[in-house]
Amino acid sequence: MRYKLLTAALAATAALQFAGPAAATDLEVTHWWTSGGEAAAVAELAKAFDATGNHWVDGAIAGSGGTARPIMISRITGGDPMGATQFNHGRQAEELVQAGLMRDLTDVATKGKWTEIVRPKSLLDSCTIDGKIYCVPVNIHSWQWLWLSNEAFEKAGVPVPKNWNEFVAAAPALEKVGIVPLAVGGQAWQSSGAFDVLLAAVGGSDAFLKVYKDKDAKFAAGPEVAKVFKAADDARKMAKNTNVQDWNQATNMVITGKAGGQIMGDWAQGEFQVAGKTAGKDYTCLPGLGLNEVIATGGDAFYFPLLKDADKAKAQEVLAETLLDPKTQVAFNLKKGSLPVRGDVDVNAANDCMKKGLAILAKGAVIPWTDQLLSQDTQKQKEDLFSEFFAKPELTVEDAQKRFADLIASAD
Amino acid sequence: MSKSERPNPLFRNLNAKVASIPMILTAGVVFVGGTLWTVLYSFTNSKLLPRLNFVGLDQYYRLWVTPRWLISIENLLIYGAISLVFSLVIGFLLAALLDQKIRFEDTFRTIFLYPFALSFIVTGLVWQWLLNPDFGIQHVVRGLGWDSFSFDPLYNSSIVIYGISIAALWQGTGLIMCLMLAGLRGIDEDIWKAARVDGIPMWKTYLFIVIPMMRPVFITTLVIIASGIVKVYDLVVAQTSGGPGIASEVPAKYVYDYMFFAQNLGQGFAASTMMLLSVVIVIVPWAYLEFGRRK
Repeated sequence: MRYKLLTAALAATAALQFAGPAAATDLEVTHWWTSGGEAAAVAELAKAFDATGNHWVDGAIAGSGGTARPIMISRITGGDPMGATQFNHGRQAEELVQAGLMRDLTDVATKGKWTEIVRPKSLLDSCTIDGKIYCVPVNIHSWQWLWLSNEAFEKAGVPVPKNWNEFVAAAPALEKVGIVPLAVGGQAWQSSGAFDVLLAAVGGSDAFLKVYKDKDAKFAAGPEVAKVFKAADDARKMAKNTNVQDWNQATNMVITGKAGGQIMGDWAQGEFQVAGKTAGKDYTCLPGLGLNEVIATGGDAFYFPLLKDADKAKAQEVLAETLLDPKTQVAFNLKKGSLPVRGDVDVNAANDCMKKGLAILAKGAVIPWTDQLLSQDTQKQKEDLFSEFFAKPELTVEDAQKRFADLIASAD
Repeated sequence: MSKSERPNPLFRNLNAKVASIPMILTAGVVFVGGTLWTVLYSFTNSKLLPRLNFVGLDQYYRLWVTPRWLISIENLLIYGAISLVFSLVIGFLLAALLDQKIRFEDTFRTIFLYPFALSFIVTGLVWQWLLNPDFGIQHVVRGLGWDSFSFDPLYNSSIVIYGISIAALWQGTGLIMCLMLAGLRGIDEDIWKAARVDGIPMWKTYLFIVIPMMRPVFITTLVIIASGIVKVYDLVVAQTSGGPGIASEVPAKYVYDYMFFAQNLGQGFAASTMMLLSVVIVIVPWAYLEFGRRK
């Protein structure tokens, strides 16, 4: 009942927004890129699309993907689809595709030779269901970064750490001068993501895949993962005075030197850029927490709902091509702090951190990310567990690991 | 011979019946139909889209071993007990005080009722700031010189639900006060006079004469408060979004999160069915006692 009413209400609001006079080539694009760096990046996409003679109608939804996705899905299932929409590629839109609500882009992809230009290949695989391509990957976002404030460590009188273990060792010195060692915002996905990063860094890529890809519950209950939980225990102790909610507020603590560091994806880099900070001088980035230099190939992609309007369908094709255009790729990704999805573009303008990322990518040290491996249902349960773990010191490491193993046993 | 026939009872008050058709349809299709649909699909493994693939009671088994659901239920009970008791007691006390023929009654009534004009979202945000240790009450008291003063309920897992209850009481008691005041005004002056003649103290008059006479008002109030308790959602979202961790989660939020964020409709429907069941368990015996015995 609640669901139906809500869907109706959402559809109604959406319909109101859409009721204005629409030229044939207006295409509404929904996304959840609303922080400073993200908004600057999406403006690049809009500019490139407008240059093709069409018009990008910006449908930004504030409040991170968790808030935005239900709204997008309601609009698509409720019969009021937008022209194009962002999702993280992987399994978020899986059922929408299976229900036949999304547009098959295989023709556009064959024409544009996507299989040749998109790298790593796993990106396009995540867009492919039953041999057909349903989305356009636009960037590679990896979670595996530790962002450190050089200023904070200078104030504490300790050298900037080179890996996670040194960071943990430096925490008491930071606390002594009133700096929160690790900033972890209150949103559930942040603590859950931080754990996944620790799993890949402390446990190693194999451990990560064994747990999330093979869903080996016995391994998840074993001693190797126990080591990771020990690290997560350190992390929650270091993060206990954070007191902010949003990830960009937490990043801001690092930018202003109120916190020593943050485990956050490379999108945090956009915030450092907007604040006018320079990589290497003002802040340091450690991919794979300095322990295991891998990059997860998560990221964003655009999906195109099936539309009846032929003009709009044409505009969708144009947008799909524009998104993968080399120039757009560079302009967008430089602002966003993410890595381009094609290997043949010129990224000399990239900063130190991005170059580190590109080097790892070139080496092929990549792992798939949880968005590609786990269903949203499992991810949500994981978020519940780790937000509780980070907020509640009474939840012991052993209990948490046991619950984690149970969760993996029933994961899909 | 122009004797009119007895009209068909179906067509008596035809206008009124026609006018109520939309509401009957809404109640029948949207409420009852939607409820049945939800209960039916709670026995399936529907994920993002509803599918009729029955899995028996699996969703319910999973629900009742999920720590977050158990915490939600516990929070709802605490929150419910607090709002029920305190909004009734404070609401009645305020009303009784206003009823003492004081000056500026209208002004006071407006002030007390004002918070009710705010939505739960606004209330939640206001109290989030007030209870924030770095900006709110704690900051002010420390600024006055009491350095060890600590009051940060929203950042402490074990008391966060009380922090939320404070905001709910602030918002809701004004309305309860107004309802109670209306009830008090409905009591005949003569009863007060009679009580005074008999030398009964004022508090006893309230407790043993006035309150029992206000039974209908209390029942209305109770229904309003109880429905507010079960559906609490927006206040929590605005104030803590369920945090710290999952310490202030409530059932309605579990339902929403699992339906939309987790893309698991079956689990969300199972949780909402449990919410419905709990309401039914409370309402049915009460309705039976209240309405059934009159016949």
